[in-house]
Order: sequence, then structure tokens, then C-alpha cells
Amino acid sequence: MSATTRHETTIEADPSLPTVTVTRDFAAPPERVFRAWTDPELIVRWLGPKDTPMRLQQWDARTGGSYRYTAERDGEVVASFYGSFHEVRPSLRLVQTFTFEGVPDGVSMDIISFDDLGGGRTRVTCLSVLESIEGRDAMLASGMETGVIEGYEALDELLAAG
Amino acid sequence: MAEDRLSRVFAALADPTRRDIVARLAVGDATVGQLAAPYEVSVQAVSKHLRVLQEAGLVSQRREAQRRPCHLEAEVLDLMTAWIERYRRRAEERFRRLDDVLAAIDDEEEGAT
Repeated sequence: MSATTRHETTIEADPSLPTVTVTRDFAAPPERVFRAWTDPELIVRWLGPKDTPMRLQQWDARTGGSYRYTAERDGEVVASFYGSFHEVRPSLRLVQTFTFEGVPDGVSMDIISFDDLGGGRTRVTCLSVLESIEGRDAMLASGMETGVIEGYEALDELLAAG
Repeated sequence: MAEDRLSRVFAALADPTRRDIVARLAVGDATVGQLAAPYEVSVQAVSKHLRVLQEAGLVSQRREAQRRPCHLEAEVLDLMTAWIERYRRRAEERFRRLDDVLAAIDDEEEGAT
């Protein structure tokens, strides 16, 4: 395969560990990919789905900093997320915690590595470590976007009933 | 419901012996005795593993004249694969948006110089 072959996202979920590993290659050097991951103006352009734009309440992408953002749909907040930036090592490594406020006791630690593949390409590996295998499975099975959609459907029903 | 089921499947597969049994049954049905043969454990221990796999819906046992062969319920494994695939597709959608952002900031930087 040539260097220009598109590498789709791969997922690894070890049956015996509460982890998920997501790997993806990007056609940009590590500095730029890292910037898209940490710059508040850039992250909002890709992290959330288009129909539920994310709004940052706080975003301090420095070691020891924290973040909080909401996903909105038609101006309504449908989900909120927060966490800490445990380590921000420019262009190399990002360690964050992540909590979806709908599951307040659920937390994952995400270790994101940016590997220079040369030729202006970067491999990003996101290792998420959860508290239990059940928690990991729940994340895999529902995913926060499903939560967002379900929350919205519930709201629709509520509005229709009212 | 589906989440509970997925958790049971994952928990059942958390054990290396049970993963082995699943791999073995993927080739074809086998009796408890046949499954126990390659391991240095008792038939009872293998039966215990099989019970976990049965409770997760991964394995079924049918009654034949003299034997009760175990059968892998492949569609349950497919269900798990489907959940993971859906999660993967969502991540891929997100990363395609990131591809666009990366291409856009490349243009912006070139425009600036």
C-alpha cells in the first residue's frame, strides 16, 4: 500500500481489560494535528457532530488545566462533558480525563499519542482506560452521541406529550 | 438490554480458556469431553466455563442420542462486532471532519506565507 492510501479508524477492545484503543492516520504533521486537538477554535470544528455543535465553557489545554463543553442542538444543551488536562506535551502526547455528565461516576483516562510517520503524516493512538469492563462496554455499546440522540428523542416525546 | 448482553459477552470472553473454547467451537460443534481434552483441567472445570458462555448466549447445547454437543452461536459474536463497528464508524466520521480541518489550516498557513 502506498503512503497515500486512506487509513480508516481501527478500534481495539481487549476482552480482558477495561480499555479501548482507537488508531487513525492523518495527512498532516504532528504539530498541526496536535494543534487541531488543543486549539479551542479548531477543536469545535470537528469533535462534535454537525447537528450538535459543541460550545466550550472552559478550555485550558495546559498541563493541570481543565475543560468543559456542551453539545447543543437548536440552541438546547443536550449533553455536557468535562475533564482535566493531566499532561499536555506539545506535538507528542496528551493525557486527559473525560466524564459525560449524564454518567457522573463514569470517567475515562485518555492517553493520546501523536507519532510522526514522516512525509507529513501522523498516526494518532487514543487509549481510553475505564474503571471497569462494564463501563467500557457501556461506552462502546451506547456511545455519547447515541446518548445525545436519545436525549433529544426523549425531549421530542416530552414536547409532543406536553 | 442490548448493553447488558454485550457486557455479559465481554465478561464471558475475558477468560483465556473461554476464548479458546469459542475459537475451538468456531471450527465445529464439540462435546464437553472433546473440549476438555487439550486442557489440563477437569471436565467439570470446562463445564463451568461452558456455563458462563451459555449464560452469555454464546454457546448452546443440544441433545442428541448419546451426546450433547456444544454449538457456537455466531450471531451473538456478530452482535458484539456490530457494536464495535458502530463505535468505529462514529470515530471515523469525527476524524474525517478533522481531516477537513487539517486541510483547511494547511491552506490558511499557505495563504499567510
